[in-house]
Amino acid sequence: MEITVTVNGTAHTAEVEPRTLLVQFIRETVGLTGTNIGCDTSSCGACSIHLDGEAVKSCTLLAVQADGSSVTTIEGMASPDGTLHPMQQAFMENHGLQCGYCTPGMVMAATSLLKENPNPTEEDVRIGLEGNLCRCTGYHNIVQAVLAAAQS
Amino acid sequence: MTMTDQPTGILGQRLLRREDPALLTGEARFTADLVVPGALHLAVLRSPYARARIRSVDTSAAAAAPGVTAVFSGADLADTWGAPMPCAWPVTADMKNPAHFPLAIGQANYVGDGVACVLATSAEAARDAIELIDVDYEPLEAVIDLEDALSDRVVIHDEIGTNRSYTWDLKIEESEGAVDAAFAAARYTVKDRYIQQRLIPAAMEPRAVLAVPQPFGGDMTLYSATQVPHILKVMTALTLGIPEHQMRVIAPAVGGGFGSKLNVYAEELLCVALAKRMNVPVRWTETRSEGCQATIHGRGQIQDIELAADENGRLTAVRVRIIGDMGAYLQLVTPGVPLLGAFLYAGVYELPKAYDFSCTSVFTNMTPTDAYRGAGRPEATYAIERAMDSLAAEIGIDPLELRRRNFIPTASYPYEAFTGLVYDSGDHDRAATLAAEMIGYDEIRERQRTQNVPGAAKRLGIGVSTYFEMCGLAPSRVLASLNYGAGGWEAATVRVLPTNKIQVVTGTAPHGQGHETAWSMIVAEKLGVSPDDVDVLHSDTAIAPLGLDTYGSRSLSVGGVAIAMACDKVIDKARQIAAHQLEANPDDLEFAGGQFQVAGSPDRVMPLAAIAFEAFTAHNLPDGLEPNLEAHTTYDPPNFSWPFGTHMCVVEVDTETGQVEVVKYVAVDDCGNQVNPLIVDGQVHGGVVQGLAQALYEEAVYDSDGNLRTSSLAEYLVPAASDVPPITTGHTVTPSPTNQLGVKGVGEAGTIASTPAVINAVVDALSGLGVRDVPMPASPNTVWSVINAAQGGSK
Repeated sequence: MEITVTVNGTAHTAEVEPRTLLVQFIRETVGLTGTNIGCDTSSCGACSIHLDGEAVKSCTLLAVQADGSSVTTIEGMASPDGTLHPMQQAFMENHGLQCGYCTPGMVMAATSLLKENPNPTEEDVRIGLEGNLCRCTGYHNIVQAVLAAAQS
Repeated sequence: MTMTDQPTGILGQRLLRREDPALLTGEARFTADLVVPGALHLAVLRSPYARARIRSVDTSAAAAAPGVTAVFSGADLADTWGAPMPCAWPVTADMKNPAHFPLAIGQANYVGDGVACVLATSAEAARDAIELIDVDYEPLEAVIDLEDALSDRVVIHDEIGTNRSYTWDLKIEESEGAVDAAFAAARYTVKDRYIQQRLIPAAMEPRAVLAVPQPFGGDMTLYSATQVPHILKVMTALTLGIPEHQMRVIAPAVGGGFGSKLNVYAEELLCVALAKRMNVPVRWTETRSEGCQATIHGRGQIQDIELAADENGRLTAVRVRIIGDMGAYLQLVTPGVPLLGAFLYAGVYELPKAYDFSCTSVFTNMTPTDAYRGAGRPEATYAIERAMDSLAAEIGIDPLELRRRNFIPTASYPYEAFTGLVYDSGDHDRAATLAAEMIGYDEIRERQRTQNVPGAAKRLGIGVSTYFEMCGLAPSRVLASLNYGAGGWEAATVRVLPTNKIQVVTGTAPHGQGHETAWSMIVAEKLGVSPDDVDVLHSDTAIAPLGLDTYGSRSLSVGGVAIAMACDKVIDKARQIAAHQLEANPDDLEFAGGQFQVAGSPDRVMPLAAIAFEAFTAHNLPDGLEPNLEAHTTYDPPNFSWPFGTHMCVVEVDTETGQVEVVKYVAVDDCGNQVNPLIVDGQVHGGVVQGLAQALYEEAVYDSDGNLRTSSLAEYLVPAASDVPPITTGHTVTPSPTNQLGVKGVGEAGTIASTPAVINAVVDALSGLGVRDVPMPASPNTVWSVINAAQGGSK
């Protein structure tokens, strides 16, 4: 099936199998590998992206379901001049990442969280990110990063 | 964060990590991200039975499927392997080690054991095709229970005739007879059994492998999501008969390991062997469900521990019996894991030479176990710290007071322990005092008196644990005494380029620890340059040919120290050049702030930048001195390092639902001097949560037929942000006297300390209800059942 998905502002038209997941389309067809795959049960959130402005796990959608949609991946977050997105900057300044594998999904989920709730409490952040797993940080500094980003 | 006594300089600053921008923007490349044209995709058919004879494998339908290039059964590849899969730690001379091949030949021994494989032009085609392989299995009875395994009622591996792999005793001279005598004379004794449940490491990046052959040049490049590129290179060469100098292993960005990527896996060997056989690149990326079944598990022990104490509660003897769960086969260091704990069952306490440790390890029809964050040390620390609480209850004194009475006195460091190991430095009372202040220990005890009344719905508990981490694996001669198959040194090269930029080549293999940042800080401190001018090269055996990789919290205290020593050699050589150029005696030169100065002559200086260029042009060097400014060191540590600390945890337990809420968690860790406290705290946070997850959430659950019930992240409960508390960190600084940086290590401290702190708190909360122990994980159901049983099963 032929679909067209706008990814980070550029339209991509391609033939996909009906079973192709959106995350596979992003990684394999568009060639943007910043969106990681961490599980096969939509449990970990490593593949979180923005679909028409909302954070979604890109393994929960078929690529064909995203036909005509606009996707933002982690590669679309920093400015072209290299300036990090405030959320990326906050993760760096608060040591909110270690191995970095969950990080793209975590950043996408966190920016969406702040869009919905610009002034979250610590508990709001913890509950808001419960769909995204991290094995390195114990979440402490991720939560601090999101709270710092909300302040900035 | 609370910190005392940290020296100042570049070392000790909270420098932001240079690794982060690439990871934050998606620029970093993990193994599965690498694109290699023409690569075939491997898929592995795995046994659905925990134990089954493989009568036949019919691959014809799979071979005819679209996109399939080749299909192999275990028997088809039997001639491929020059040796079985490696186990590098034959802990005893008579250890039983059944032959283990990347694909099972004749019999599968756990759910997930590879039976056949497919190579196809896409991952989807390969996965589709393995469904078409027809295996005729004869299911056999599986062995899941450790004591059942010990009985040899059913022997898993016919060829070794028993399920016992080995029995290993820690022999201490003078201890014979002393233990029985101490128990006979003891005023107090306790005897407890603890179960270390199996855990799934669940690094967020699944394993991934890409083998790229050069059929005409003869070389083989293996990209793998591994913690151990150097060990993998040696072992791949040995197992597959590839000349080692033609084997190159690269670990690109690696998304966490926690020990699970400290191994030589079937899929790595399959990809290399098949790439060599087919003359095309071969790749494989693990699905999470495969990862739960076919990446090593951690823990898996039954621990029986007995303590004897005198009238003051001072320990007089410790006796430990372990049954270790090896799983179906021995992986790289499987049998050695319990041994790493053997030295720590007396914790941070003074113990006379009255110690009796024996471990018998058995095969079961479950996924092989191996090193998981802490590897033997969390298990040991759990047992002694839980048993100390038992002893405190037996005596009727506060658990913290009992610990204080038994701490190794600060003045006795360096301290030769009952095992003969020498602990480098420690100040346990100070760490415990700081932790007690930070958590408000006395206030919590006060609140308990009013809150934990009969009928209280929510009971308050506080748990203490103290620990040694035992890092710096390891003095090579000590490893030899434990029959480990390699050394414990680490290599470093420091290379000052002509323009005064610096390359550091390290044998460590970071996968989240921030070595690039930390190592650049060590060089900056030593050479007086900016850390921004230091590049750190690692994890590619062609660029960093020597090394023993990253595990066991060894990287800083061995690899980091090696870098500092290489810097010293660079300074020595630079001194000769500077002396020659300044026409001074080398001994009269002082090196500070990145330049040499003739003592007492502030105008006679030569900066390192100028020396580097002189070394490069070689126009005017001292006679006999080689050009270029570069030095190499291989450092074999003289001793383990002994980080220590005290963790405290406050919980509220809902007696009606069994729900445990961690109200406050304080970690006081002393890892010696800190290179980068930002990274140290991050390591502690993550470790604490991983250990807390063992206490409250995680368990690899098998049914009696050997089916893994927790085979995805939907069933295996890796905690989310909402499941865990904030962590308050504090530090004391007691430098190690055994290395020039005074560092010790911190990677596993949190995991070691937190599990007993949490369970001690839960048991403390329920002690007024007659509860003496709560098995892990302390899920609501388990806690409720324990309360109900202690109350006489009234509910």
